[in-house]
Amino acid sequence: MALKTDCPLPTLDFDVITLGHGSGGLLTHKLLETGVFDLLKNEHLDAQHDGAFLELEGKTAFSTDSFVISPIIFPGGNIGELAVNGTVNDLAMCGAVPQYLSLGFIIEEGLTMAEFWEVLVGVKYAAERAGVQVVTGDTKVVERGKGDKLFINTTGIGKVHAKANIAVNRIKEGDKIIVSGELATHGIAIMSVREGLEFETDIRSDTQNLNHVVIDLIERFGDDIHVLRDPTRGGVATVLKEMATQSALGMTLDHNSIPVNDGVEGACEMLGLDPLYVANEGLFIAVVDASREAEFLAKLRETEEGSNAACIGTVTSQHPGQVLMTSAIGGRRVLNMLPGEQLPRIC
Amino acid sequence: MKFLSEYRDPELVKDYLEEIKNTVTQPWTIMEVCGGQTHSLVKNGLLNLLPDEITMVHGPGCPVCVTPLNLIDKAVHLALDKGVILCSFGDMLRVPGSEKSLLQAKAEGGDIRILYSPLEAVKIAEENPDKQVVFFAVGFETTAPANALSVLHAHRKGLNNYSILASHVLVPPAISAVMADEDNVIQGFLAAGHVCTIMGIEEYYPIVEEHKIPIVVTGFEPVDLLQGILMVVKQLEAGVHKLENQYSRMVEPEGNPEAIKVIRSVFDIHDREWRGIGNIPESGYEVKPELAQFDANIKFAVDITAAEESKECIAGDVLRGIKKPHQCPQFGKKCTPSTPLGAPMVSSEGACAAYYHFSNANLTEELV
Repeated sequence: MALKTDCPLPTLDFDVITLGHGSGGLLTHKLLETGVFDLLKNEHLDAQHDGAFLELEGKTAFSTDSFVISPIIFPGGNIGELAVNGTVNDLAMCGAVPQYLSLGFIIEEGLTMAEFWEVLVGVKYAAERAGVQVVTGDTKVVERGKGDKLFINTTGIGKVHAKANIAVNRIKEGDKIIVSGELATHGIAIMSVREGLEFETDIRSDTQNLNHVVIDLIERFGDDIHVLRDPTRGGVATVLKEMATQSALGMTLDHNSIPVNDGVEGACEMLGLDPLYVANEGLFIAVVDASREAEFLAKLRETEEGSNAACIGTVTSQHPGQVLMTSAIGGRRVLNMLPGEQLPRIC
Repeated sequence: MKFLSEYRDPELVKDYLEEIKNTVTQPWTIMEVCGGQTHSLVKNGLLNLLPDEITMVHGPGCPVCVTPLNLIDKAVHLALDKGVILCSFGDMLRVPGSEKSLLQAKAEGGDIRILYSPLEAVKIAEENPDKQVVFFAVGFETTAPANALSVLHAHRKGLNNYSILASHVLVPPAISAVMADEDNVIQGFLAAGHVCTIMGIEEYYPIVEEHKIPIVVTGFEPVDLLQGILMVVKQLEAGVHKLENQYSRMVEPEGNPEAIKVIRSVFDIHDREWRGIGNIPESGYEVKPELAQFDANIKFAVDITAAEESKECIAGDVLRGIKKPHQCPQFGKKCTPSTPLGAPMVSSEGACAAYYHFSNANLTEELV
C-alpha cells in the first residue's frame, strides 16, 4: 500500500480503543479529530454536520453492504479497502458512477489504534482510487466479546450512466458470459490466514474497485451489456444460478475456459473447496450480446483489472433455470447455489 | 497442476472410456467404496460417460455419513452443556443430530471450531489450560494417524485438558458387511486409495478369496477411476477375482509402517455402530484403556441413548448400495443440503449430496 508511508499513525495519548471512544463525548472527538477527518478530508465531511447535503440529478443508484471479515487485515488488503471497494463495485454493477459513501464503524473495545489506523488508510486509499468521497459516518464501540474487532458498513450513491441498461430480464438466448479475471483469490487468501487453517501461500485478495473499467465498458458497449454482477459471497456459481433462475433461461459453462490461478487451484484441491463457490472481491461477471463478445473481451483484457478475463459460457433456452457445466474431460454437471457456508471436507 | 493434470487428461479419459466400452459385454455392478471417489465421479460427470452396462454403486466410505447419531448428540452436549471447546473437521458441522447439528449448537453459543488438523486442537488445549478441548476424531484409516498423533502429542506435553471423541471406522469390515448382506448386488469393488496409502493392501486378499470378488485399489482422479473400473471389468469379463493396485504411485503393498505404528499405539480395534447400516464387528478404532484420559467417551461419561433416525430417510439403503440417492422420494424435495434428513446429504462425499450438488432432481435421470 503505497500511501501507508505517507500517512503515519499520529502521536496519541492512547493506543487502544476503549468504550469511551464511542461515547460521543470528548474521547470520540479525540479519536475522530486525530485521524478520521484529516485522512478523509472533503468539503462535506469538513462541515461536521449530522448529515451531508448532496445535489443529485437523474437516475441514481443506492447500495449498502456490511463487512464483518476476520482477520481484518489480510494478504492483499484490509477491511477498510474491502468496505469501500464492496459498495463501489455494487454501484458499478448497477451501471452507476459511484460518488458518495457513508462509513459506519462498529469497533470492539481493545482494537489497537495501529490496526484502526491501517484500516483508515485503507479506506482513504480505496476511496481515492475509486474517486468517491466519504461524506458522512458514524463510530460506535461495543464491549469486548460483542464484536469481532471491527465491523464496517458502507452505503453508497452513484449516478447511473446514460448508456447503462442493466437488468436480469435483458439476458437472452445466445448471450455470452464473461468473467473479468481469475476466480476465488479473495476467499483463498482469507482462508490462508484464518486461525486453525493457516497455510503458506503468496495468494493475495483480489479486492479492488471495478468502477473505472466498468464505466469505460458501458461507455463503449452501452446496452449490449445486459447484466453485470460481482460474485462475492457464494462465488461465481451461486450468482450464475441466481441469474438463470431469475431469467428462466439456462446457462452452459465450459470448465476448461474458467480462469483459476494455479496456486488457488492447488489450495482448493488441498482444502476440498470448489473455486466456483469461493468468494471474490475484485471480479465481475458480464452477460453481453454475442455479437460484441470478441470486442468486449479484447477491450477488457487491455485493462489491469481484466487482463485475465475470459468467456466461460453461453446463455441457452435449453434447461431453463439450470446452469450446466461441461467438465474438463467432457462430462457434465449441474451447478447449484451454495447451501450455507462451504465447509472443508475431512479427507 | 503437476501430478494432477496428467490424471485429468481428456485424451487419456477418452482412451480409457473407449477401452471400457470395448471390453464390456454384459451388465456389471461395481461399488466405489470411498466418498471421495463418489465425489470425483459425479463432479467430473463420469457417470454419464460410462457405458450403460456399467452401474456404479456408491459405498459407505463417507465418514461423516456413518458417524452414529448419538455421537453427534454427544458432541453437541459437550459443546453446549459442558463448556468444552469442541474442535471438528468442517463437514461434520452440518450433519443433523437427533435435535440439532453442531452448526446449530455453535449458533446457540457452543465454542465449536473448524480445524484441518487435530494437532491444531492440541495447540488450542495448550493455549486454554482452564478449558477442556475435545477433538471430534471422525474418519476412516486415512485420518487415524493424525488423530492418534494428537493424543501422543498431548500425552508427551502432559496435557490433562485434551481428549478425542473417536468415531473411527475401517474399510475392510465394511466391504465384508456389504458382501454379507442378503440383498447384495455388488460384483466388484474399487477400494479406497488413500486408506490403502496408510494401511497397505494385505488385508484385502482374504476378502477377495472369501467372496470371490475383484477388488482394485483405486485413486481419485478421472483417469485413476476409469483405469480402476477397467481393471475390475477385465477381471469380471474374464471370470477371475484378484486384488490389484491401480494407485501404485501412492500405495505401497505394506502401506505406511510408521503411520500404522502410531495408530496401533493409540487405538484398539472394536465393534462399531455405522449410521444407517448398523453394528459391524471389529470395524472401528477406540482409544486404548491405558490412554483413557484422552478418550472423551470415558472422560465425559454422558449416557446419550441412541435416538431414532428420520423414517423418511433411506440413507441405510443408499450406503449399502441398494438404492440410488435420486430413488428416494424426499431427494431434492424435503431433503436438500440445507435441510438434510440424513447424513449422506451433508458432506460433499455423501452420495446424496454429490448427486444433489452436481446433478439435479429434474436432470438426474438424464445425467447419471
